[in-house]
Amino acid sequence: MERRTLFPGRLLPALLILPQLLLTFVFFLWPAAQAIWSSAMREDAFGTSTEFVGLDNFADLFADPLYLASIGRTALFCACVTALSMGAALLLAVLADGEIRGRAFYRTMLIWPYAVAPAMAAVLWVLMFHPQIGLVGAWLNRIGIVWDYKLDGTQAMALVILAAAWKQISYNFIFFLAGLQAIPKTIVEAARIDGSRGVHRFRTIVLPLLMPTVYFLLVVNLVYAAFDTFATIYAVNGGGPAQSTQTLVLKVYLDGVVNANIGSSSAQSVVLMAGVIVLCALQFRFLGRKAVT
Amino acid sequence: MTGRLIPHAVLVLAILLFALPIWIAVAGSTQDSAVIARGEISLIPRLSGLGVYRDVLLHGSAGAGPVWHALMVSAGMALAIAFGKIALSLPSAYAVTFFRFPFRMTAFWLIFLTLMLPVEVRLIPTFQVMSSLDLINSFTGLTIPLIASATATLLFRQTFLTLPDELVEAARMDGAGPLRFLRDIVIPVSGANIAALFVILFVYGWNQYLWPLLVATDPKYDTVVIGIVKMIGVDTATEWNKVMATAVLALIPPVAVVFLMQHWFVKGLTEGDK
Amino acid sequence: MAGLRLEGLHKSFGAIEILKGVDLALADGEMLVIVGASGCGKSTLLRLVAGLETPTAGRILIDGRDVTGLDPSARDIAMVFQNYALYPHMSVFDNMAYGLKIRGLPRAAIRAKVDEASALLGLEALLERKPRQLSGGQRQRVAMGRAIVRDPKLFLFDEPLSNLDAKLRVQMRGEIRRLQRRLKVTSLYVTHDQVEAMTLGDRLLVMHQGVPVQLATPTEVFEYPADTYVAGFIGSPAMNLLPGVLGRNGTAVTVAGTEIALAPSRFAAPDGHAVILGIRPEHVVLDPSGMSWPVEIVELLGSEMLVHARRGGEASLTIKIVHGPAMSDVIRVSFPSEHVHLFDQATGLRLTPAGSGVPPS
Repeated sequence: MERRTLFPGRLLPALLILPQLLLTFVFFLWPAAQAIWSSAMREDAFGTSTEFVGLDNFADLFADPLYLASIGRTALFCACVTALSMGAALLLAVLADGEIRGRAFYRTMLIWPYAVAPAMAAVLWVLMFHPQIGLVGAWLNRIGIVWDYKLDGTQAMALVILAAAWKQISYNFIFFLAGLQAIPKTIVEAARIDGSRGVHRFRTIVLPLLMPTVYFLLVVNLVYAAFDTFATIYAVNGGGPAQSTQTLVLKVYLDGVVNANIGSSSAQSVVLMAGVIVLCALQFRFLGRKAVT
Repeated sequence: MTGRLIPHAVLVLAILLFALPIWIAVAGSTQDSAVIARGEISLIPRLSGLGVYRDVLLHGSAGAGPVWHALMVSAGMALAIAFGKIALSLPSAYAVTFFRFPFRMTAFWLIFLTLMLPVEVRLIPTFQVMSSLDLINSFTGLTIPLIASATATLLFRQTFLTLPDELVEAARMDGAGPLRFLRDIVIPVSGANIAALFVILFVYGWNQYLWPLLVATDPKYDTVVIGIVKMIGVDTATEWNKVMATAVLALIPPVAVVFLMQHWFVKGLTEGDK
Repeated sequence: MAGLRLEGLHKSFGAIEILKGVDLALADGEMLVIVGASGCGKSTLLRLVAGLETPTAGRILIDGRDVTGLDPSARDIAMVFQNYALYPHMSVFDNMAYGLKIRGLPRAAIRAKVDEASALLGLEALLERKPRQLSGGQRQRVAMGRAIVRDPKLFLFDEPLSNLDAKLRVQMRGEIRRLQRRLKVTSLYVTHDQVEAMTLGDRLLVMHQGVPVQLATPTEVFEYPADTYVAGFIGSPAMNLLPGVLGRNGTAVTVAGTEIALAPSRFAAPDGHAVILGIRPEHVVLDPSGMSWPVEIVELLGSEMLVHARRGGEASLTIKIVHGPAMSDVIRVSFPSEHVHLFDQATGLRLTPAGSGVPPS
């Protein structure tokens, strides 16, 4: 989409856009290029020399069972978080969209978790599920279910999934509600006159019209689950116990910052970049470039 | 009647589930640390325990400095990011929408590309750039790199594209140049969108975790989010009531902003992001 | 006050030629209406004059000064837009004052000019309101006021009435006309509505596919359309256009198998020439001895009625009659010679009766 009427001049727009371009180069494009460069280099054990190793870092990465396990774990985590938060949000949005009293109140009370930081979501859920002090955690232990997310990897995974999904529900809720409200009332009324009711109407009329929102949220949620949840997972257990909650982003951080393995961490970054690009391409395909043009 | 009750019941249940973690933190913050440590947390707050807020604000707790300082860092960071991003992306969105100049679309795509490069995927090299620019452990380092991303530029561009062409034409007839048009017409007319963006960016800035963790190792630059994660990390002798009080304090500003500006925020989010 | 001259104006967007050469001269204080179907180039022409587009070739002169390369603000013109384009966040006063403020007029002078314009338009009570608190007609007036306060050499109107409902449109049409007469500002008015064009213009310019097809007074355009396009475009319901063949030394036309006499005039084309016979629905008369047309539909319009008839599949005819006898399946009509227009079938151009003085088109 383009405007019909424009201002003449070249210098002024260049000056207006320059600051952002400059920051983009310094803090985004240059580091990204650096990541690609470093992913092809390897430092020796003492950090005294680096040599060009081509795709060796990638080969090592995909031969590493820990990395492969992390990929699987990330996929599971993303799938669970996305399904849970989108499912719950859709249900709530459908309920809050109807001719229900107190719609504004419900909406207000359901959107505030948007403001909760991913790290804070972890803190709140830890305070609830802490095996000794948590209201729920301590209670589970009292009734005989051994609960300790610090020792049990499955429990840890369940906790980070719940915390991450909980925080994302309101974001999805906002979009589903907007999407539902954008469906023309006359279409739903026509379906009513045609005799379509309840779940059937939702499945055959409402849901198909909501699909653009669903696709959009699918991508946003996958990106959220893959990247933004770093803080959630890191705050709960630092990726542990063992590596049971170590997703790909945590691994980039731990390998790069904590273990200072620059080559491998950079290669992992490049893999993640490719992942984001694929997700963005999917979004373009589904939304027909609506987001940019 | 049951047909009407069920939606209400589900919605109320959802509200309670959403609020439960916060309520536990609120109630817990007013109770005795030892009681909480025994796993006997009560859901009823004790008014007499409210002094804990004064304590954490002024003195902090074991392993963390006074919370007021962390709150200031968080607020500074959130405000700098929100204002900085608006100040940076409003002109650049204006430039790509209202002008034709060489490499306009190239510039736009370069900016757009930043959406595909979240901090998480360029962690180490960005850190290296920061350290070569000597920006580690500085407020500039904490904020500037987060200001550059494209979200706000895209939102503004979207808004600007919806302004009728005739408005521009009328202004040109009236003799308004591009900067005057930006100041007199575009900014006032986009007020609601700027407000919405402010909410989104404030929350975004306040909630940062990975970036401050990486570039600000000096406790002086600990945000409240960083601070509280440090607090729950030390498991022995944790003063749980203080942890919970800090959590509540950390949540209030962003939640309040979303609550108070909810109308604009919802509009801005759903109209701009798609 | 000033005149406007356009010389050989061309405009192309990429490979598409929108304007294929327009020459035009407006006298001082004249109101010229450019009319045509959408896509005929009339809006582009206006935007070129406004300076919102640059011509591919040609010159624009306002008051004798070449303004072709000038910025809109330097041309001393004002424009009223179809959607009014009021600044939504500014009061009525500020909307009108904005252009004057930019020009650096002193506050008191701005006040005086806005007051004068708002008195003229009956906007005095609305000066503090925002555009969204105004009705369509009031917004229209503010848009006019914004143009008036500037005291421009030239007014440009871009379909300013098309967003109003029918009743208001008629009312505002009258107001624009009165105002323009009173202020005597040279005006260029673009519309697709032929009634608006007929009632507002001192002269009309009918555009078709980027080319001006007729420039004349409304009466001339109506009575002597230059070609079949103008004939069909101006007048409602549209003129009947019936294909036929000229005969009898140019004094008769054969339409759908029936010969129609054109006496006494004689048209300057050879017998056997393919022509189009044009006659307005209101000029067709019922005649028991006339040509017979099977009736398809009868539409009652209150005091009048429209009869749609068709003969032999291809020739169709619309007749407007005040009140007729009870309609039968077939009507008999004749076409009075003095109301018959003839056009060349191949070129569509008007054929003039030989030797008769007909106003130039």
